[in-house]
Amino acid sequence: MAEKVLMKGNEAIAESAIRSGCRHYFGYPITPQTEVAAYMAKRMPKIGGVFLQAESEISAINMVYGVSATGKRVMTSSSSPGISLKQEGISYLAGSDLPAVIVNVQRGGPGLGGIQPSQSDYFQATKGGGHGDYHLIVLTPSSVQEMADLTALAFDLADKYRMPAMLLADGTMGQMMEPVVLPEGHGATVEKPWALTGTEMKRPHNVVNSLYLSPEVLERTNVERYERYEEVKKNETRWEEYLMEDAEYAIVAFGIAARVAKNAIKVLREKGIKAGLIRPITVWPFPTEPIREASFRVKGFLSVELSMGQMIEDVKLASECRKPVELCYRAGGMIPDVERIVKSVEKMAEGGRN
Amino acid sequence: MKRLTLFLGHYGSGKTNLAVNWAMKAAEEGKKVEIADLDIVNPYFRTKDSQKELEAAGVKVIALPFANSSVDLPAIPSEAYGLVEDRSRFGILDIGGDERGAYALGRFSPYIREENDYDMFYVVNFFRPLTRNAEDAYECMKEIEWASGLTFSGIINNSNLGAETTLSHILSTTEKAEALSRLSGLKVVAVTAEKTIAGEGMVPLTLQKRIFDER
Repeated sequence: MAEKVLMKGNEAIAESAIRSGCRHYFGYPITPQTEVAAYMAKRMPKIGGVFLQAESEISAINMVYGVSATGKRVMTSSSSPGISLKQEGISYLAGSDLPAVIVNVQRGGPGLGGIQPSQSDYFQATKGGGHGDYHLIVLTPSSVQEMADLTALAFDLADKYRMPAMLLADGTMGQMMEPVVLPEGHGATVEKPWALTGTEMKRPHNVVNSLYLSPEVLERTNVERYERYEEVKKNETRWEEYLMEDAEYAIVAFGIAARVAKNAIKVLREKGIKAGLIRPITVWPFPTEPIREASFRVKGFLSVELSMGQMIEDVKLASECRKPVELCYRAGGMIPDVERIVKSVEKMAEGGRN
Repeated sequence: MKRLTLFLGHYGSGKTNLAVNWAMKAAEEGKKVEIADLDIVNPYFRTKDSQKELEAAGVKVIALPFANSSVDLPAIPSEAYGLVEDRSRFGILDIGGDERGAYALGRFSPYIREENDYDMFYVVNFFRPLTRNAEDAYECMKEIEWASGLTFSGIINNSNLGAETTLSHILSTTEKAEALSRLSGLKVVAVTAEKTIAGEGMVPLTLQKRIFDER
């Protein structure tokens, strides 16, 4: 087994990207993700890669578009307000079927918000963000180890399905330090015959574009893209279940909220309340099936979020409103603690509402 | 003890935690010390996290009023000038990581050099990915010296794997620390360990409480 090192989540993302063959990184500093850019600035020049601090987030995402069109692995990262600026470029990437990895280490919002952790960009990440019919593959790490592992996975999935993938982390994940075994890493594993690499007069021109003058053709590309999304849903939905076998109350939480929820579940079980956790690892595609399946067995669901309640809508849809779905939240950079989660579940067990 | 003790090193090597422990120990030994937070890199994990404990032990804390308040503004507290220039006071300076953090010292280094009554320690954790060996740690050391305008006087081996650290982890870095010592010509003045696992001759540390720590 490879040796462990002590890393910040943001550093783990950067190192894992490099090990995944990413040699092009474009970004702009913003707390709490600045360590990604700082790490890239230090490492890229030493390994023949490119680190470029763009003049804005908008430039950075369009540089990502350019490099991706040549078939190279490429990444950008930012935090919530910066990701908002990137949305136009993200839509263009999706509309041009270009793979890329976009990292969002979320902070409290809306607006300039604050620098403390948040999960309030869930809607933006999973329901579009930019304009048009499209999705991103959205991965949600819950440890520094997963920051590294899911970054590597994001590159592979983006290439495989020719679509942008987003790592949706929260500020705690970016800032906390934990021991991590870095993935061995590998470069692109799929051919990219569509890439703009020069024809050498031997083949017709490749075109990377999101403009369609014929609505019939544009409709067809949208439909074909959604058929690909169905494949992603079928093959790439990921989640973790914790003590769900006999659970009467299912907590649904990701990222830092899932870690706090696990501790709350231990306390609840000591008090005789059988609680369990369904932790989405992908939030798009959302783990609908385990929640639907649990909805026949449990008495209720509790969505724990660092937002005013966004994922709760997907939990309601997935459980088909078969059982009550309640919300336990903190917002603006605050984190729900064990006590708050325990009280929420206790209230449900008493038949009350949160 | 020299009048000023400075802690510098790679980003995330444990400088702040070490500086806080150093100040507490000096206070326990009856010394009147002050600690100044000159970190212009990281808006989280600051000296100020331990302000209550430090002040209870009689250590004056010099930090920006908005350090750790979510105001993301790199700046140096004006009171730090007094501590550096007043030769009757004893100070511990906690500096931000890497050469980027060390630039903050440039403003003070002419005074510090002229007085020449300081220890500047290079804090190294060989479990950090960019200082995994003596050569990389040495490169980082030289970059910091260049940026700060000051030279190091010793090495503190602060190697750890966070909560998973065992004594054998720390001992496994001894050779690397010695190699760094040979490269730099500096002595390893201390090997640190969290107090519950510290071995013989190691400096036992109390870990700072952090807002992200779980129950």
